[in-house]
Amino acid sequence: MIGLKLSWRYFLHRRISILAVISVALCVFIVVVVMSVMNGLVNEFKEKNHRFVGDCVIRASSLTGFPYAAEFIQQLEKQSFVHAVSETVQGVGLMTRPGSSWNVGIDYIGLDPVRHSQVTHFAQTLGYHADHPERAFQPSYAPEMDGCILGIDLILYRRPDTGQYDSPDRPWPTQRTISSFPLNPKGGLARAGLDMVSTKTFYYSDHSHSGLVKPDGRTIYLPLEQARILSGMDAPLVRSSTIHIRFADGVSVADGVRQVQQLWQTHVQSCKDKPYAEMLDDVRVLTWQQDRREFIGPMEKEQLMLTFLFLMLGIVTVFIIFVVFYMIIGHKTRDLGLIKSLGMPASRVAAIFLGFAAIVGLIGTAIGMTAGCLFLWKINAMENWLYDHYGWRVWDRAIYAIDQIPNAMEWPVLACVAAAAVAACLLGASVPSIQAARQSPVRALQVSQI
Amino acid sequence: MGHILQAKGIHKSYTMGKQTLTVLRGVEMSLSAGDFAVIIGASGSGKSTLLHILGALDKPDKGTIEFEGQRLDQMSNGRLNQFRNQNVGFVFQFYHLLDELNVLENVLLPAMIAAGPVGWLQCKKNVQNKAISLLERMGLNDRLPHKPYELSGGERQRAAIARALINGPRLLLADEPTGNLDSKTGHGILEVLNELNQQGQTILMVTHDDRIARQAGRVIKLSDGKIVS
Repeated sequence: MIGLKLSWRYFLHRRISILAVISVALCVFIVVVVMSVMNGLVNEFKEKNHRFVGDCVIRASSLTGFPYAAEFIQQLEKQSFVHAVSETVQGVGLMTRPGSSWNVGIDYIGLDPVRHSQVTHFAQTLGYHADHPERAFQPSYAPEMDGCILGIDLILYRRPDTGQYDSPDRPWPTQRTISSFPLNPKGGLARAGLDMVSTKTFYYSDHSHSGLVKPDGRTIYLPLEQARILSGMDAPLVRSSTIHIRFADGVSVADGVRQVQQLWQTHVQSCKDKPYAEMLDDVRVLTWQQDRREFIGPMEKEQLMLTFLFLMLGIVTVFIIFVVFYMIIGHKTRDLGLIKSLGMPASRVAAIFLGFAAIVGLIGTAIGMTAGCLFLWKINAMENWLYDHYGWRVWDRAIYAIDQIPNAMEWPVLACVAAAAVAACLLGASVPSIQAARQSPVRALQVSQI
Repeated sequence: MGHILQAKGIHKSYTMGKQTLTVLRGVEMSLSAGDFAVIIGASGSGKSTLLHILGALDKPDKGTIEFEGQRLDQMSNGRLNQFRNQNVGFVFQFYHLLDELNVLENVLLPAMIAAGPVGWLQCKKNVQNKAISLLERMGLNDRLPHKPYELSGGERQRAAIARALINGPRLLLADEPTGNLDSKTGHGILEVLNELNQQGQTILMVTHDDRIARQAGRVIKLSDGKIVS
């Protein structure tokens, strides 16, 4: 009782405790804001990547693709743990606009939009056919022509200030010509002479906004068979680049992928006497995280570095609290001597200062947490205000592919930050508190008399 | 009356850097219940050190101290804490009141330490009444909610005496209780101590002032770490 009372009174009567509270509050504020924004960015980025592919991806390591995908898809579709399957053909090419000298290097993906939408969130990325992916390759202005779905940045202008796209109500008549080198199963050019390059013109039927820089900025989606012809995967035997699998509800990615790997091994064995069976050796069965590792990895590394930086910040906080309490206890030598002379045990003396530290930690954390949450709540409004008044954008929407700064507060993260802040205060105060508790009362009383 | 406190062959020295300073050299003394004894001696003669050892604030290097049959020199720190809290009341030259607590809370401090968090809730009312009664006896009944820095030196020392008495100690130790006061105020404090002694309180006081010592029933003269009379 007296310990708690003294802890509270020391807190109220020491101006230096305000400095300690401010330092804790600032640290908590910074950690809450940066962690929330960073976690938001990473989680959003991961989510977008997951939505772009299936739970499991069977991927050829070469542009030549792999054969016998249809047989394996039939097998997969019989499995109860599989919800849907979609194959794609992928290649690289040159995109031009007929009648102009403009051209750009692109990746093209051939797919069946309906099947692919059952496996991924492809339909939701479409600008005009989100509810009718079966019509995604039918240009509304020329339904009989071969349509294409362009990555949104290949067709629409993104306003750098708002991050919004200037999008008309419907696709306008425009064409794109795709040229590609068809490859044979051995990886060589499939054709020679003037026929070496496959070229085909497609009509803009829709655009896809995945929120990922590369797919939105340099990918064009084509009907599966058209892409197969462009890439040379139509002959002499039909090939695919990937098979995307979505697992049934309740099936974990790890379990699903393990089962697919077993089935794939059986499939490879069953195909070993067929032509070009060796192409199956370079095919990998991956989780969606493994498939998107090249994109997610750097982000996760950045997050890890940030966590490390926060650890440093935590050490600085502990040191600040240590110094503050060292000073406070230095000024309280007389009180310590008196309290001990009155018979208070060392553990209760230490508890007074640890209680003081806990009060500093709790109040500092509460202030920092409140300020952090308020800041996050208004972060987009503040950023817009900065842009409106000073023309300054903290995050370039085009680079980060975000419409808004992520500001979702994760309660488990906030709870961890709060617990860590209070623990840091207790840790910082523990050494001087224990030293104080072990001090001889006579020594403390004599020091105060000097 | 029997001895309340008995010290035999008390030695104490301090090491300062490479030098060893011997403060007490085989002190022998005893106190009986109801005594008002004064330890007198020149500055640096070891008066305060002896008082601290007798009050279980410090341990002797050598020698034995018995308090009503209990050997203080053999007690653990935990037992000594309890012993000080229950049996000894301290009055210091510089009062040593806590500025963060008001006068009443300062007086209650030893009782709160003794009771512990749970026990305090049970005995709070009784102890508070006792503290108020002590403060009334000290003439501080209108100073209860004041902070120590709002009191005069004499008032602070009287509050410190009330604090020393709150747990009903068998022995009251006063280390130069008038040393920081003017003579008139100091005289008032001595009157308080005399009155307590007349009511049966055993008091051991340290002073370097012969005039104050003359008012005590018994004078113990310390010189060069030894009792000379």
